[in-house]
Amino acid sequence: MSAVAQRELVVCGALALAIVLLAVVALGTGDYPLSVVEVARAMFATDGGFDTTIVLEWRLPRVLVALVFGAALALSGAIFQSVTRNPLGSPDIIGFATGSYTGALIVLTLVGDSYVSTAVGAVGGGLVTAAVVYLLAYRRGMQGFRLIIVGIAVTAILHSVNTWLLLRAQVEVAMAASIWGAGSISLVGWDEALPAFAVLAVLAATVIVLARGMRQLELGDDAAKAHGLRVEPARLALLVVGVALIAVVTASSGPIAFVALAAPQIATRLTKSAGLPLVASALTGAFLLLAADFVAQHLLPSAVPVGMVTVVIGGLYLIGLLIGQARKPL
Amino acid sequence: MSVRVVGLTVAVLLLAVTVAASIAVGSRDIALDVVWQALFGGAADSTDSIVVLDSRLPRTAIAITAGLALAVAGALTQAVTRNPLADPGILGVTSGSAFAVAIAVGVLGITTVQGYLWFAFGGALVATVVVYAIGSIGREGTSPVRLTLTGVALGAVLSGIVSAMLLADPEGFAAMRAWESGSLEGRGWAGFVPVVPFVVVGCVLAFVISRSLNAIALGDDLAASLGARVRVTRTLAIVAVSLLAGGATAIAGPIAFVGLMIPHVARWMVGPDQRWIVAYSLVLGPILLLAADVVGRVVLRPGELPAGIVTACIGAPVLIALVRRQKAFGL
Repeated sequence: MSAVAQRELVVCGALALAIVLLAVVALGTGDYPLSVVEVARAMFATDGGFDTTIVLEWRLPRVLVALVFGAALALSGAIFQSVTRNPLGSPDIIGFATGSYTGALIVLTLVGDSYVSTAVGAVGGGLVTAAVVYLLAYRRGMQGFRLIIVGIAVTAILHSVNTWLLLRAQVEVAMAASIWGAGSISLVGWDEALPAFAVLAVLAATVIVLARGMRQLELGDDAAKAHGLRVEPARLALLVVGVALIAVVTASSGPIAFVALAAPQIATRLTKSAGLPLVASALTGAFLLLAADFVAQHLLPSAVPVGMVTVVIGGLYLIGLLIGQARKPL
Repeated sequence: MSVRVVGLTVAVLLLAVTVAASIAVGSRDIALDVVWQALFGGAADSTDSIVVLDSRLPRTAIAITAGLALAVAGALTQAVTRNPLADPGILGVTSGSAFAVAIAVGVLGITTVQGYLWFAFGGALVATVVVYAIGSIGREGTSPVRLTLTGVALGAVLSGIVSAMLLADPEGFAAMRAWESGSLEGRGWAGFVPVVPFVVVGCVLAFVISRSLNAIALGDDLAASLGARVRVTRTLAIVAVSLLAGGATAIAGPIAFVGLMIPHVARWMVGPDQRWIVAYSLVLGPILLLAADVVGRVVLRPGELPAGIVTACIGAPVLIALVRRQKAFGL
């Protein structure tokens, strides 16, 4: 086993351990605090009583949602960053999340509030936005910086459209929509979580199948062709899966910024691997979102949507990235 | 008379038209002769004249002041950073202002404009310096992309904190919420008057340093050899930008893209001479913000779309056009 692979294994193990520890703490924290032992008993005892209800029914869905959604966002980010060959080419920077919000808002105000229609609206809005950003940024080839600036501009336009839609909507619809738009996982219960988990599992399996092609694309289009890869279909498949991953998450929780941006980069630094490590990225994303949700729920004076915490952490991280990369051209 | 003077005269006439529209158009349309009577006729009892004097007039004055302040601030930032994408909104300066005001309102309990005005200036100044410092680390100096990204990242961080604070304490931030929306509605004279002197100082500074900025456009070394004091000019420009962007944010809330668009339009009309760019920005900025405000009043009748939202919708396509241009970075 090479040194790099060994390091990756160690990092993944450490991340998994950190996730379990944090999850136990999160399961025990709240208005009704439980010790580690009590959490364990509640989870595995058959007649745990009230403790079991609290842990399994109330807190576990939220913790699992944070973990799974964090992992999905990170995978999506890793795919986008690999395909655009740019650490900033993540779906939240290029306007995907805001586009999902626009799509969902249009559906919410025109059709009405249901999980399926919101999800379809979010996915559609996200896909259209991604396509528009890509087309607008494309001019005799794709440049990373142009993609990012166009993404920022499209985000600004969609933000205006969203405000307009919210102001036009009825008050109740607008309230529900703006809670969703802040990016919160507090309202996702088992009923919404399980179908999303199933879809995400299928998508994650697809990523494993496509990962080989992704590695070859990272070597450059010519080298990938020489390895016998059909470049454009492989790239398109990766992008579709990447979009689908983040769209499913966004449909359930609203736009959660910056996990997709930061997780793959942190994982790359931890593992010191040459390409973007998928498993380590997913674990980092899971840990990040769980930690952010813990901060949002318990450490702040009053609970806020997790999206606000990730945007602050992620923005600081991006500034750090810019300082760190000062010597390399973007 | 040169073409530039003619152009400026046309722009001033256009400004007069938008001012008239801003006073006459709204959820209650008022005929221009009634407006005239309300302003100069002295018949002060009718509902129309109350609307004109207490609501439309201060609103128009705020749009003019904020528009020119943001446009001139944008012209200065673009000249100093030699970055065509620079805008007080995009570079996070207005977010810095908004953040400082949120601290003043939420933590220190200051609610008057005179009180939080200083925080708006301070926030703008700190954000300008921080973004510029981070953006210019590195060997190749200030790159437009890095500066823009730093501004966007800082803006995201600060506005995330502000929205969390707003959500945590809705009542304490009731005043803040209306201010932060980027709407010019219902702000009145009280918040407007104390800001005017600062904006005037900022504009005077902008004219004073415009000749040196012309030299700086050639590069720092050449500018120094032409006798421009590069460091002094930069410092004065940062002070002016803070006064202008902070002042505009204090009276109108965070409004983006005015400072991006207007200097480009001005440069397209008058060429690279900074003195003319500042002069044109002074007139074109108010036209844009007034027009945006009037459009915002019309599209959602009887409700309103905040002017800041309309400017973003108009301004973002300009940003896209700029990065798609072949020589995007030849300023």
